[in-house]
Amino acid sequence: MGIIKAVQLAFEYIRRDEDGNVEGITRAIDGVDLEIKEGQFIAVLGHNGSGKSTLAKHLNALLHPTEGTVYVDGKDVREADKVWEIRQTAGMVFQNPDNQIIGQVVEEDVGFGPENLGVETKEIWERVEESLKAVGMYEYRKHSPNKLSGGQKQRVSIAGVIAMHPKCIILDEPTAMLDPNGRKEVLRAARALNQVEGITVILITHYMEEVIHADKVFVMDQGKVVLQGTPREIFTRVEELRKLRLDVPQVTELAYELKKAGLDVPEGILTKEELVEALKSLKK
Amino acid sequence: MSLLLEGVSHIYGEDTNLAVAALCNINLEIPEGQFIGLIGHTGSGKSTLIQHLNGLLQPSHGKIYFNGKDINEKSFDRKELRSKVGLVFQYPEHQLFEVTVFQDVCFGPKNLGLEQKEVEIRAYKALKQAGVKEEQFYQSPFELSGGQKRRVAIAGVLAMEPRVLILDEPTAGLDPAGRDEILGQIKKLQKETGITVILVSHSMEDVAEYVDRIIVMNKGKIILDNTPKEVFKEYKCLEEVGLAAPQVTYIMESLKEEGFMLSAEVTTIEEAKQEILSCFKK
Amino acid sequence: MLKDITLGQYYQTESLIHRLDPRVKLVGTICYIISLFLVNKIQGYVIALIFLAIIIRLSKVPFKFMVKGMKAILFLLLLTVVFNLFLTPGETLISIWKLTITKEGVRVAMLMAVRLSFLIIGSSVMTLTTTPNHLTDGMEKLLNPLRKLKVPVHEISMMMSIALRFIPILMEETDKIMKAQIARGADFESGNLIKKAKALVPLLVPLFISAFRRANDLAMAMEARCYRGGEFRTKMKPLIYQRADRLAYLILIIYLVICFLAGR
Repeated sequence: MGIIKAVQLAFEYIRRDEDGNVEGITRAIDGVDLEIKEGQFIAVLGHNGSGKSTLAKHLNALLHPTEGTVYVDGKDVREADKVWEIRQTAGMVFQNPDNQIIGQVVEEDVGFGPENLGVETKEIWERVEESLKAVGMYEYRKHSPNKLSGGQKQRVSIAGVIAMHPKCIILDEPTAMLDPNGRKEVLRAARALNQVEGITVILITHYMEEVIHADKVFVMDQGKVVLQGTPREIFTRVEELRKLRLDVPQVTELAYELKKAGLDVPEGILTKEELVEALKSLKK
Repeated sequence: MSLLLEGVSHIYGEDTNLAVAALCNINLEIPEGQFIGLIGHTGSGKSTLIQHLNGLLQPSHGKIYFNGKDINEKSFDRKELRSKVGLVFQYPEHQLFEVTVFQDVCFGPKNLGLEQKEVEIRAYKALKQAGVKEEQFYQSPFELSGGQKRRVAIAGVLAMEPRVLILDEPTAGLDPAGRDEILGQIKKLQKETGITVILVSHSMEDVAEYVDRIIVMNKGKIILDNTPKEVFKEYKCLEEVGLAAPQVTYIMESLKEEGFMLSAEVTTIEEAKQEILSCFKK
Repeated sequence: MLKDITLGQYYQTESLIHRLDPRVKLVGTICYIISLFLVNKIQGYVIALIFLAIIIRLSKVPFKFMVKGMKAILFLLLLTVVFNLFLTPGETLISIWKLTITKEGVRVAMLMAVRLSFLIIGSSVMTLTTTPNHLTDGMEKLLNPLRKLKVPVHEISMMMSIALRFIPILMEETDKIMKAQIARGADFESGNLIKKAKALVPLLVPLFISAFRRANDLAMAMEARCYRGGEFRTKMKPLIYQRADRLAYLILIIYLVICFLAGR
């Protein structure tokens, strides 16, 4: 079994009026089956309100499934006594950089997780050091988080999760509030974790450029996984993605438009170099 | 209704030794009816600059003229200025506070001291312009989705009927379709009413399709100010300050280097497509 | 405008005072405040001044940072001085119209001014040299015996440290919302008291909503990082008294004794 396996997962929000009567039920996740292998870099795409964040919160037992379940490293998220193990195995980084840093000093924040796990003092320091180095924030260890840029704050949050020695890290729209430079920083850190440390990364996003390097992409809409495959497979379906309120990188779109206009370029072009090569061979 | 900036500088904490110059000697003319993209990364001074345009911040040095009048003169009517130069901040949905969407949009015109009837007419018009559906008018703004809240917040500024509309990152956090919808709506509004729009953004790709002029800022200075085509030509200069031209510009440059006979001066995918196709037809 | 408040602001540098155990600094500050009210002779104040000057010197925090904290209470300080100056009965020094300044008044006013300034500067030395987290840690440990009386010591100190972390963020947010509403024609300055209070609604409602949203996010983030209260928790920076701390306590006792003997 993979590190994460969702079986017929469903989650309903119940809205109640002032007297507590049920006003309506929103099915935020609707029968999701997915399996993620250890060591992969996974991207979950979807427009605002497609259920991707709700899905993420199930992967580390922050929400309790209405139907079905999720297994994290073989542990069922419905079992109350496994909650802490699951949260340690699958760490989570959230969207807003300001609202997830607890410490007043960078290193204290990174130490927060290990402290909660009851790790010994000496080891906490070792973990803090290695985690901060892994995201390239070691020289900022004595700084106040308030003085850091958005991208730096998110890297501190990632370090805070790594320090708990997880097998898997879920990044819930970590770049949505960042500028392009911050976005690049965070993405670079996430890819390094995956490649160097071998941690499974699940990146939730709606920026298409960020998923190009993923091993596998899941696209969500109305609580369901509607498309899945490699980035190349996903990006050949330009029209479908548009209907799902998504987009493709400019180069993919240009290649798609050229193909529509009759040029014989291959499907699912992801980079500038690929397009230039394709056009060059056509020219000959 | 033009704006003119003459030698404007803004220094935070001027009398301390921690003084930081957020703006250095900015000279800028913004004539009526332009659609402008103001680009720069975080800390380049673009947010400071826009807050000068409606008098929220005062320059440390230099003058700002609105229709030829110095806006920082004592006799100048600040309130009038704020109704003419509308400013939509980043994540504007965080400023919503009223019980219903409609009442929230009424807040601006009410502050202008208009009659109740006029206030409501304006609010109705603004909500329509921002693309808010009528069935949402009497809902609580807090029950709406993120994208809808943002439209309501933009309507809140539109209801002041500004002649210059400044939007700071109006698409931050929205999905691609939401981004296109908001920008499309703003473009439509600009065409219909002929107001000046200043769009502040990090991303060239987002604004390239919509604007007629791009102003690029870095370290409190304006480093480029021209049409998108001309600005993207300077892509090397953009990279030096941590920005980038749209991906299409780079594709066209690479093709040119590979011996394709085409012009690299394109700003949109549509233009690039035409250029490449014409190259193959020959 | 809101950024000027230095209360609870940590000044980053390496110094002897920075390295002291927060418990020492907490107890020290309390002792210092007590000493200020214990002494009433000039000699006593001179001793207090010398002691404070040495501490400031050792802390390597520029003096102007301490004075910044004074600005916030300048009004209170002036008020106290004025009241004491005019309302203390005694030997008349100057008399203008119905107001009389007495010899005792001048003395008491001066003493109060000195006392208050020392008090403020003394406590700001503590906040400037100790991270708020460290401070709450110290408080938690000092108050630990109260846990036997079912006082949730850990929870209180956690709440305090979170509050301290979010103060600057909420300040910035206030500033931003204020500007956004001013841009919509809001007026926070003119009008009478009722009008002014009413004008605050567009500021306070968004601010509260934002604070709740942040609290919700933070609670989720803490849970995701396995936070479950004080039990099982280890410390990254456990508080263990070092030689310097024991020495500091000794110096403190000596100081108190000198104050008591010479200052009364």
